This record gives sequence, structure tokens and C-alpha cells, in this order.
Amino acid sequence: MKALFEMAQDGSLFVAFGKTLEPLVIGLLISIFIGVSLGVFMGLKDYAEWLFGPIFIVAQAAPLAALIPVLTFAYGIGLVSKVLTVCVMAMPVIVLNALGAIRNTPTSLLEMCASFLGARHQTIIKIILPAASPLIFVGLRLGCAAGFIGIILAELLITPTGIGDLISYNQSVADYPKMYAAIFSIIFASVLFIEFLELIEMSLFRPEKRAI
Amino acid sequence: MNTPQPTMQKAQTDPLLMDTKPIVQVKNVCKTYPGNIEALRDISLDFPEGKLTTLLGPSGCGKTTLLKIIAGLLPATSGEVYVEGKKVVGPGPERAFVFQDFALMPWASVIRNVAFGLELKGIPRSEREAIAEKYIARVNLKGFEQKYPHELSGGMRQRVGLARALTVDAKVLMMDEPFSAVDEQTRRKFQEDMLELVANENKTFIFVTHSIEEAVYVSDRIVLLHRRPSRVSAIIEPKISRTGDPEKIRRQPEYLDVVEDIWQSLKQFLD
Repeated sequence: MKALFEMAQDGSLFVAFGKTLEPLVIGLLISIFIGVSLGVFMGLKDYAEWLFGPIFIVAQAAPLAALIPVLTFAYGIGLVSKVLTVCVMAMPVIVLNALGAIRNTPTSLLEMCASFLGARHQTIIKIILPAASPLIFVGLRLGCAAGFIGIILAELLITPTGIGDLISYNQSVADYPKMYAAIFSIIFASVLFIEFLELIEMSLFRPEKRAI
Repeated sequence: MNTPQPTMQKAQTDPLLMDTKPIVQVKNVCKTYPGNIEALRDISLDFPEGKLTTLLGPSGCGKTTLLKIIAGLLPATSGEVYVEGKKVVGPGPERAFVFQDFALMPWASVIRNVAFGLELKGIPRSEREAIAEKYIARVNLKGFEQKYPHELSGGMRQRVGLARALTVDAKVLMMDEPFSAVDEQTRRKFQEDMLELVANENKTFIFVTHSIEEAVYVSDRIVLLHRRPSRVSAIIEPKISRTGDPEKIRRQPEYLDVVEDIWQSLKQFLD
């Protein structure tokens, strides 16, 4: 704990966080945006699922950390390969959850919308997406957690930067309090971020949960 | 009206409702589900305007399938359905549906659920909420406008579903076992409310139930379906006076006789 305050005071922690968060946030934004849209698209159109489904099912099952050397080989050791690592870790679970969420829309709600003459776009906007949003958010939470794993792996395996650097450097000089402080801080950041997602979900999409 | 059942002949040829103009006509409808499961075989029926017709039969006899075909939610394998002389190819504004599992949007308040049919039609918010409020009051849910479905009891949820179907002012109201998911006490109250609704609203009701008592209590006409494959086995028109106290209906000898008759004829189809 003392080490944590020290690092916070001399600013090294925040510099490290800045370095870590840059690829992480870019990667997560890409994953969330593309992941949700692709998942929803696959859920609505069978041919899209046929086309993309297998890729993500394989991607979810595969130990994706093994891809990191390949990414490094292809894209170098800069920002791109770190962003891609985050995407590779986060995207499959986001896509597959969004797909499953869309497919799990209750039939009776679809029939209800049809019987009241809802057009296709109304059905999608007013029924399918709201009905899918809880599961989509489950995917986002899991995906973002995976994204945190991705960025730390990237920082440990590709080039030591940010928090990953703090961890590996302090480990190598046997300054364990600082290492634990770095580890703790990234775990804490991850938890905060995921709670924040839940807060967004509750305030934007789940009026019925707030009503209690 | 085909496959006559000897014991029911008398009721079938009753002239009372035969004169009423049919608003919904079902002609030779068959439905076979994938896997060659025959749900309906050659159903032909007329539904008289302004009356409550019940489809009654044991579970799995295709009542709901037939109702959904009339609603345009399911395609028939063969045969046609006409509503006001027009062939049904899908759902239409002249028909509204009340769902067995209520089909309420859990993320929407009562008033938004009730106004949903109007929302889909593109009616402005203030206007549709005014209409919705009127029907929420009609089904005795005043004060619950801003609640969410999970805060309501089963009976209240179904009243939301009923109010939603009423807002679109359809001529034909279709109800798929609307009371099967509510408790017995609420159910009785509902049945009494139904009678009031039929008397006050100038609508045609098509009602699906597996409860004989419920069917006899509320119906002007009962269509008895039998099972595997489903066919019309009899049409009964209970002669029950519904003018007096709704409590007394259940004690009328006519009511009890019809219930007994139907039970006797359904019994043979039970396995």
C-alpha cells in the first residue's frame, strides 16, 4: 500500500497508466463498436452468421495469447499490435454474446410486435435491441475484462510499457511492494471500469431496474 | 360445422346465431408442422360478428395454432382465412391479439406497453398516452401507469395486455388462453369483466381456453376441437341469460347442463 502511494505521488503510476490505457481504450472502443454491430448483424441475418460465425467460435475457443508473437511479427512492437491484442481478446466474446442475445429475443414479443403491425425496423429498434441489451452488456463486461488481460499480456510479451513495464521491471529488481502495487492498481482499474459499464447499462437501458 | 357429433346436433342447428353475418371465416385450413406433425386438418368455421366465440379443446389440440393462423402470425399449410371478406395474409389492423404469456416489454412502463400498438402506428406521444390512459382506467389499473411489468401481479399484467389490445380499436379481439397464467380467483373476476366487455364493446371476440367452465361462462358460441389431428367436433351455443347478476350464471341449470354435455363429449378423446 505504501508503495502504491509512493508511486502515485511521484507520478510514475499515472504515467504508466497513461501508456497502458492508450492501446487499451482504443482497442476496447474498436472491439465494442465493431463487436456489437457485427454480432447484431449476424443475429439478424443468417448469411452473416454463416460467414463470420465460425471465425469467432474458433477465436473464442483458441488460446489467443499464442497469437501475440504473430501479431508482433506482422505489425511490429508499436501501438498497432497492442491494440490488436486487445481486440483479439475482447472481440469474440462480445460478438458471440451479441449474436446470442439477438437470437434469444422472446418469440412472444416478436409475435406481439408483428400482430400490432410493427415494421421490420420498428421490430429491431423497439423490440429486438432492448430485449438483447442485457445479454449484450454481459458480453461487453466479459469482453472488457478480456481486453484488460490482453493489454497486460501485450505489455509483458511484446514490449514492456506502462503497467506491464512496472510489473516486470519491479519484479526483475526484486522491488516486490512496487510490483504488487502495480498489479493491484491494474486489477482495481479493471474492476472500476466494469462497474462503470454496469452503471451505464443501468442508467441508459434498464429503466425497470431503477424503478425499484 | 362438419363432422357432426350426434349428441350435439340439436345445438348446432340452432338458428339464433346462424343468421348473424360472419366477420371471420376459416375455410378448409390445414396446418402441418415440419416433421410431418399434423396440427389442424380441414377446419372450416364462421365467427359471427359482435359475439364471443370460444375455441375449446384439450391441450395440444391446435387451438392456439388456429388462432395464430387467424391472427396472421402463422401461415396455414393450405386453406384460407377471410376477415370481413378479405383474405388474411398477415396481421391486420382489424385484429388485435392478447397473448397467453402477456408479451409485455419488461423494459417499458405500463403506459408505454399499453400505448405500444399506437406507438408502432406513429401516433404522437401525447395523443397515444391519452388513449392509453383511458384504457388503463377501463381495465382498473389507474395509478399504475408508471410501473413496470415485474412490479405487477399476473392478473394485472394480463390486464395491461388486454388494454394494449383495446387501444388499437380492432374489430376482432383474439385471446389466447388469456387467463391460464393467473390464479383462480383473479380468473373468475376476469371472466365477469369479459362479459361486461363483450356487452359494452362492439367487438367480435375469439377466445381460446381449455377450461370448459370458462368457455361456457363467457361464450355465445363454443367450438369444440378434438385432437390429433385437430378437427371441429361440435359447435355449441349455450343459452344462458347473462343479463342478471354474474354470480348467478354459475348456478343456472342451463350453465351446468352445457358444462356436463361438453365434458361428456370431450371425455372420449382423452387418452
